[in-house]
Amino acid sequence: MSRNILVSALILGVFGFIGATLVAVTEFGTHERILENERQALLHQLYEIVPKEEVDNDILAHPLTVSARDALGQESSVIYVGEKANELSAMVFEATVPDGYSGPIRLLVGVDRNGVLLGTRVIAHKETPGLGDKIEKEKSDWILGFTGKSLTDPKLDRWKVKKDGGEFDQFTGATVTPRAVVNGVKRVLLYFDQQKDALYKEYLDKAKTNP
Amino acid sequence: MSTSYREIVNNGLWTNNQALVALLGLCPLLATSNTAINGLGLGLATTLVLVLSNTTVSLIRNLVRPEVRLPVFVLIIASFVTAVELSMNAWFHDLYKILGIFIPLIVTNCAIIGRAEAFASKNTVPKAALDGLMMGIGFAAVLFTLGATRELIGQGTLFSGAHLMFGEIARGWTVEIENYKGVLLAILPPGAFLGLGSLIAVKNWIDKSRKERVRKDIVVPGDEEAAAT
Repeated sequence: MSRNILVSALILGVFGFIGATLVAVTEFGTHERILENERQALLHQLYEIVPKEEVDNDILAHPLTVSARDALGQESSVIYVGEKANELSAMVFEATVPDGYSGPIRLLVGVDRNGVLLGTRVIAHKETPGLGDKIEKEKSDWILGFTGKSLTDPKLDRWKVKKDGGEFDQFTGATVTPRAVVNGVKRVLLYFDQQKDALYKEYLDKAKTNP
Repeated sequence: MSTSYREIVNNGLWTNNQALVALLGLCPLLATSNTAINGLGLGLATTLVLVLSNTTVSLIRNLVRPEVRLPVFVLIIASFVTAVELSMNAWFHDLYKILGIFIPLIVTNCAIIGRAEAFASKNTVPKAALDGLMMGIGFAAVLFTLGATRELIGQGTLFSGAHLMFGEIARGWTVEIENYKGVLLAILPPGAFLGLGSLIAVKNWIDKSRKERVRKDIVVPGDEEAAAT
């Protein structure tokens, strides 16, 4: 009887070992490719926002991690800094808008050195398909409307959807979603305006200490 | 009383279709069938796991004691699913990101452990492998059909996102109905239930009319004889 249990346990153990080996071998074989995929996917996303010719550094090399819950909506946000000819040319912020219609909306917001929006993309959201999901670039051009805007164009009190007396379109049947995104982008611009010098200095320090 | 190869094919694709008849694996089926390509992606991943797990289970069927067979099957399935998940992440990264949690959840698809226990553990390797392939294709076909229907009714396109699976050349494969507003319901979860229900109804209707035709074929010669006399 106890022999039987031992044999069974041994069989289970052997298969556990074989299974773990299979997974380990696959992991070993795919690890670098997966990392490279993720890097490429991120780069692709960033270059959709920041024109390639505006950046001549490795924009992924020294990302900053900041904690600015009020401005960027998350406990810790990553900021990618783009340089051209050793001067700041662009920053891309990860930001979360907490007040979407069905939960938080995650954004990437790219700003050039003068505080003009290079572009915005929604990277994750749970808005209603067919209504609120028009914030995706694949679904409509709405999100492209931010490109070229800044805190002076339109003026700060016009950074609202049209329904609230602002500059930006809302969607038929969905106002909450675009309102939230407009507010979120505005907060990022304000944050950039206050913090850009400090952020760029932090980037330079980081780049100097581990090139 | 072993099953013939022809029966295995018939069972997998039609008579005992895992999605339409056994109603197994409904969670991933309903969740990922919002476009044809998503459906196909998960269907193919499931098929791959089914073939691998059925083959392995059949290979070791005389080695494993009955009291530990289920944990061993689960171990085998979980290892294969993880391997498939990692490979998809490496080679079909964008599709992997869309299917997300449903790839690892293939482990919990009852169809897979069901085939391992009910068929592979009692049959030879070639039969078990064929069973896995046919059950997988049957499942994938339903996922694909449901996905294509929901995509077409819901957003008026077909094969959107084909490049995620077939590379850049497939970018132009998307078919789009011009000026079609779309029916939101088809994309939302209730659309999956309605669609699956309709597919099951169609299958039952085909089975029924086929059975009636067979019955008529038998009856008709008898009638002719009766008329002749």
